[in-house]
Amino acid sequence: MATVENLPSPTHERPVGFGRLKRKEDARFIRGKGTYLDDIRLPGMLHGAILRSPYAHAKILSIDTSRALEHPNVVAVMTAKDLETLGLAWMPTISYDTQAVLAGDKVRFHGQEVAFVIATDEYSARDALPLIEVDYEPLPVVVNARKALDPDAPLIRDDKPGKTDNLATPTWEAGDEQAADRVFAEADVIATRDIMYPRCHPAPMETCGMIADFNPDTGQLNIYNGNQAPHVHRTVYAHVAGLAEHMIRIQCNDIGGGFGNKVPVYPGYVCAIAGSIVAGKPVKWLEDRSENLMSTGFARDYIMHSSICAKDGRITGLKVDVIADHGAFDSTAQPTKFPAGFFHICCGSYDLQAAHVKVTAVYTNKAPGGVAYRCSFRITEAVYLVERMVDALALEMGVDPIALRRSSFIKPEQFPYETTTGWTYDSGQYDKTMGVAMEIAGYEELRREQAEKRARGELMGIGVSFFTEGVGAGPRAHMDILGLSMNDGADLRLHPSGKAVVSLSCQTQGQGHETTFAQIVAEELGIPPEDVEVRHGDTDRSPYGLGTYGSRSTPVSGGAVSIVSRKVRDKARLIAATMLETRPEDLAWEKGRWYVKGDPEKGALIEEITQRAYSGEAMPEGLEGGLDAQVIYDPPNLTYPYGAYICVVDVDPETAFVKVRRFIAVDDCGVRINPMIVDGQIHGGLAEGVGIALMELISFDEEGNCMNGSFMDYLIPTSMECPDWELGETVTPCPHHPLGAKGVGESPTVGSPPAIVNAVIDALHETHGVTHIDMPMSPARVWAAMQGRPEPPQ
Amino acid sequence: MQVTITINGQTVSRDVPPQTLLVHFIRDTPGLTGTHWGCDTSNCGACIVQIDGKAVKSCTQLAAMVDGHEVKTIEGLEVDGVLDPIQEGFHEQHALHCGFCTPGMMMASRSLLDENPDPTDEEIRVAISGGICRCTGYKNIVAAVRWAAEHEAPIKQEV
Amino acid sequence: MQTPAPCGYERASSVDGVIATLAERGPSTRIVAGGHSLIPMMKLRLATPEHLIDINDLHELSYIRQEGEEVRIGALARHVDLLRSELLAEHFPVFADAEEVIADPVVRNRGTIGGSLCQADPGEDLSAVCSALKASVVIRGAGGERVVPMHEFHVGPYMTAVGDAEMLTEVRIAIRPGAGSAHEKLERRAGDFAIAATSAAIWINGGTITDAGIALAAVGPFTIEATRAEELLRGKAPSDELFTQAGAICSEDSMPAADGRGPVDYKRHLVGVLTKRALRRATARALQ
Repeated sequence: MATVENLPSPTHERPVGFGRLKRKEDARFIRGKGTYLDDIRLPGMLHGAILRSPYAHAKILSIDTSRALEHPNVVAVMTAKDLETLGLAWMPTISYDTQAVLAGDKVRFHGQEVAFVIATDEYSARDALPLIEVDYEPLPVVVNARKALDPDAPLIRDDKPGKTDNLATPTWEAGDEQAADRVFAEADVIATRDIMYPRCHPAPMETCGMIADFNPDTGQLNIYNGNQAPHVHRTVYAHVAGLAEHMIRIQCNDIGGGFGNKVPVYPGYVCAIAGSIVAGKPVKWLEDRSENLMSTGFARDYIMHSSICAKDGRITGLKVDVIADHGAFDSTAQPTKFPAGFFHICCGSYDLQAAHVKVTAVYTNKAPGGVAYRCSFRITEAVYLVERMVDALALEMGVDPIALRRSSFIKPEQFPYETTTGWTYDSGQYDKTMGVAMEIAGYEELRREQAEKRARGELMGIGVSFFTEGVGAGPRAHMDILGLSMNDGADLRLHPSGKAVVSLSCQTQGQGHETTFAQIVAEELGIPPEDVEVRHGDTDRSPYGLGTYGSRSTPVSGGAVSIVSRKVRDKARLIAATMLETRPEDLAWEKGRWYVKGDPEKGALIEEITQRAYSGEAMPEGLEGGLDAQVIYDPPNLTYPYGAYICVVDVDPETAFVKVRRFIAVDDCGVRINPMIVDGQIHGGLAEGVGIALMELISFDEEGNCMNGSFMDYLIPTSMECPDWELGETVTPCPHHPLGAKGVGESPTVGSPPAIVNAVIDALHETHGVTHIDMPMSPARVWAAMQGRPEPPQ
Repeated sequence: MQVTITINGQTVSRDVPPQTLLVHFIRDTPGLTGTHWGCDTSNCGACIVQIDGKAVKSCTQLAAMVDGHEVKTIEGLEVDGVLDPIQEGFHEQHALHCGFCTPGMMMASRSLLDENPDPTDEEIRVAISGGICRCTGYKNIVAAVRWAAEHEAPIKQEV
Repeated sequence: MQTPAPCGYERASSVDGVIATLAERGPSTRIVAGGHSLIPMMKLRLATPEHLIDINDLHELSYIRQEGEEVRIGALARHVDLLRSELLAEHFPVFADAEEVIADPVVRNRGTIGGSLCQADPGEDLSAVCSALKASVVIRGAGGERVVPMHEFHVGPYMTAVGDAEMLTEVRIAIRPGAGSAHEKLERRAGDFAIAATSAAIWINGGTITDAGIALAAVGPFTIEATRAEELLRGKAPSDELFTQAGAICSEDSMPAADGRGPVDYKRHLVGVLTKRALRRATARALQ
C-alpha cells in the first residue's frame, strides 16, 4: 500500500500546488514557436485589407471598385452593398447597439471601414486599396462629448429610426441623490473638481485579426482569432451568419496580449467571414497598427464633474456627474444591467454616508469603444475619480492625504460591507495594507526629503492611491452579457495514468493560465502541475464561458476549477474507501492521497485511485467508472481585491518633465496561486499606469482626424520610463471564493494613474498652486499648469 | 528578384518582389515565424533580429538589402538542443507573459551581452529601450538579462 | 503591417555609379542607406520611389578620422559609430550627447549621418550638431565635388542643398583650440523626436568666448542657426547670465509649431532652458 513517502515531493522550485512555479507555456515562446494569428498559413489562403474613411463624418456618394478589381492579384472587393445581400452590412454590438461592418450611407468616424479587398497576398491587397475610388460629401463633425449634446450638434446615428439626438444610452444613476444632498449640506468641507480621464488605447503588441475558413461542402466555419471571449463570439456569429453554433469553431491559439482590445467583434472579422463564404477559401484579415489605434476598442474618455465632502475629519459624501464618450457606435462591453459598467464603485474604500452617481453616454464622430485596457468595466475611471477627489479634499482640509484616507477607511470588522451604491465588499484590512506600503516607501523619510528639496527649489512629489475594485463578474442573478450568464465552466478528467486534463472557458492572453490552473488542480488533488494539461482557446474543446477580461479568470474559472477538482476528490474518496475496505467517513485527505484516520500509513494515492477507477475491479455501489467531473460555477458575488500604492516623482522645475523615481505597490488579492505571476501582472499594469498618466492619448483635431494613429504618436512606456517596481503584499482571503483568491490582473492599471497624478500635484501645489492636471501629464501640460493655466487634453 | 540570405546558418534563397520587407522574408521561410511585427513605424521592436551580429529591426530593411548577409533570429539561439542563457534567463525570471515582444527583447539582449558581458541594470534598460513590452513592466526582463550575464560568464571563462 | 508599394532595387558599387544612376533615372529614384527614415515612409506610402539605390556596400564611406586639422566623417558612418568614437568624444562630445538620445540603440546600428542630414527632418538632432559645429559637407555630382557649409545646407523643410543627381559623401569639422560642445534635448519619451533640442559649441580662449555655434532642432521648418545668440556670445566672458540671455534670444528666434509635443509658448520656453543648459555644459567642457 502507498505510504507518505510515495507522495509527489514538492520542492521550493516545483511546488505541487500554489507557489512560485515557472511557467509551462514558456517552452514554446522562448524558442519562437508560439502560434499567433499571423503564424497560421492555410492552403489557398487569401488576404484581406480594409479601405478606411479619411473623414470623421461624411456621406458616401459612390464607391468605384473597378480599378481595384483590375489588379491581377485581387480576387474580390466587398462593399456595404455586397454585405447587405448577406444581411451582414450591420452587426449587433455587445451593448445591444448596432455597428456598420462596412459603411453604406455615410462614415461616422475617421478610419471607419468602407471596403474590403481580398487578394492572393498581403502586399497586393494593400496595393489595391488606393485603387478604390470613394466619393465623399463631408458633413459637420462633433468630437467634443459635451458639444455632442447641443441641440444643434450634427446627428450621428441617423441610421436609427426616430433618433434626434446623440445620446448613446439612457442616463444611468446609482446611489441616492437626496441623501447625498443632505450629507453635503451638513459637511464641514467640500471640494469640487472637473476631472477628465482621456481616451487611451490598450494597444497590445499583437494587433487584431482573423482567419475565417468556411467549408462550403460541410457548412463548417473554422475561425482562427485572438479573442478574449471565444464562446461569446461564436454565439454572435451563429446569430449573425445564420449558422448553428456547433458548425462554428473558434481557435485562439496564442494571443499576443489582449487588455480588453480583443473582446469586441470587429468589422474586419465579419468581412473575413463573409469573404470566406463568398470566395470559398480561407480569408485572413490582420490589421496594421494604425488601424488598431484608430478603429478598435479604445478605453476611457470620461468627462467627470465631482464634489466630495467631509465632516469631523472623515470623508462623508461623493457626487459625480459623468459624460461618457462612446464614439460613433456603442460597442462597450459590460453586463447588461450596468451600462456604465462598474463605475459606481467610485464610492471607493471609504465608509461614506451617501453617494450619487450619474452617467450620460453620448455618440461622437470617433471610433467606438470605451470599456477596455484593464479597466474592470470602468473601475479605472471610478478609482481615478475618487482617489483624485480624496486628494483634492485633503488639500482643502490641509491634512496629509494618507491620514485622511486612514480616518475614513472601511474597517475590517465592517466586512462584508455594503456600499452606498449597492456593492457588497467581501473582505479587507485596508489600514494594515496602507501601513505596509508606507513602510516599504519609508513615507516619513520621503516627506523629510521632500521638504529639504523644496527648500532648494527642487520639485519632488509623493502621491498615494488606495483602491478597491470589484472583479470576477459575475452572479447570474445580476449579470449577463447579451443575455448570456457570466458563469464559467470547467471540465476535469483524470486519465488512467493519473495525469489530468482540465478544460477552461477563460482565455489567456499572457496571464499564465497553462501554469496557474494546473496549480489549482495540483493544490486540490496533489497531481504535479506538469502532469495537468490545461486546455482552452478552442470552442470545440472547452466548456461554455464568458472569457477573460475584468480580471475574472481567477475568481470565476479559478472557482470552477477548484470546485470541479473537489468533485473529483470526493469521488476519489468513495473509490479509496472501497480500495482500503473502510468507510468514506473514516478517511482523511492530505494533498495527493486519502488515508485512514486511525492508521495514516494506510492510504491510496490519487494515481492509484485513478487506475482503480479505470480498471475492471469493483467500484463503489452506484458509482460509474472513470474519474472526471464537470461544473458550471456561479460566483455568489464579485471579489474585491484592493491595494495601497505610493509614487515618488521628480518634476524638472524648468522643463516640467516628470520622472517617476519610485513606485511602491502593495496589493491584497487574497490567496495567491503563483506569487511570481501575480507580481508579473502587477509590474505590467503599473507600466500601463505610467503610460496613461504621462504619455498615452488618443486625440482628435477639429475635423475629427485621429492624431495618434501610430506608435510614433501614441506613446507607450519603454524600459527607460519605468522605475524598478517595489512590491509588497498583504493576504486577506476572499470568504466566498473556494480558494480565497480574488484576482489581480487589472488592479495595477486601476490603482496607479491616480497615484502618479497625485504625486505630481503634490510636487507642484505648494510652490505653484497647482490643484489639478489632467492626464496625460506631458511636459507641456505640466508646464502650462505651473504657469497657472492647466489645459484639458486635446 | 532573387534574394539569398543565410538565416541561422542555413542558406535561404527565394524570388521575391524588391519591396519585400526582411521581416516578411524571414516569416515566409518555413519554421521561422518566431520573428514578429507589432507596428508600422519601427517603434515596437518585436521584429529585432541580428544582421551580421548586430541587432536590427527587420521590419525596416528590405530583404534585398540583406542579400548576401547573415541573419540570426530567435530560432537560432538554441543550438543542438541547448538553450541560450538569454532564453533560460527569460524563463527563470518570468520575463515574458504573452510572448509576442519576446523575440525582439531576446535578440536585443543577446546583442547587448555579445558586446557587454557584464552590463549594469541601466545599460540593460537602454539596450532594450528599442522595444515595447505591454505585459511585463520590464523589471523581470532586466532580471532575466542579468541572470543570463551571470550564467554565461563561467562558460565564457572556460572558453 | 503597412507595406511599401512596388519599387525597383539595385545595389551601388561606387559613388560615381550612384550619381550616374540618379542622373539617368531622375528624382523618382532614392538612395537608401540605413533605411530607417525612408523605409517607414515607404510603408506609410508617404514616399513612393520607383527605384532604390542601396549604398550600404560603399564601405569606403564608413569612417571617422582626423585629416590635418579636421575631423572627417564618411556619409555612411552609423549612429552607433558616432556614439562610440573616441575621436569625436575627444574633440566634439556633442555627438555622443546627441547620439545617446537619437532613436534607440537598435536603430542606431543602421542609421547613418548622411541619411540623417539628407532626410533633413526638422526635429533631427545631427543637423543641429553639425550646424553648431560649423561643419561643412562634401557633395559629389556629375561635375565633381563641392564643399557646402552647414549654414547653406538647409534650404527648406526636408530640403537640402543636395541636388537630384548628387550625393553627400562626407562631413568635415575643423578642430580649433578651446572647444567645448553639448547637446540638450527634451523628449516626451525615450526614442521620440525632440520637443526641442539645442546643440551648442563654444570656443574659449583666454577666458573669452572667441566663437560660438548654436543650432536649434524641432522648433522650425528646419534646423535653425541661432546667429543672433552666437553674436551675443562672441567676445564675452562665459556666465550663467550670458547663457540665459542667449537662451532668450534663441527662444525669440525659434519658429515652433504647435503639435502633439506641445504648444508654441512651451516650446519657446524650452528653447531658452535647453540653450542655457547646453551652453553651460559646453563651457564646462571647453574649460577642462
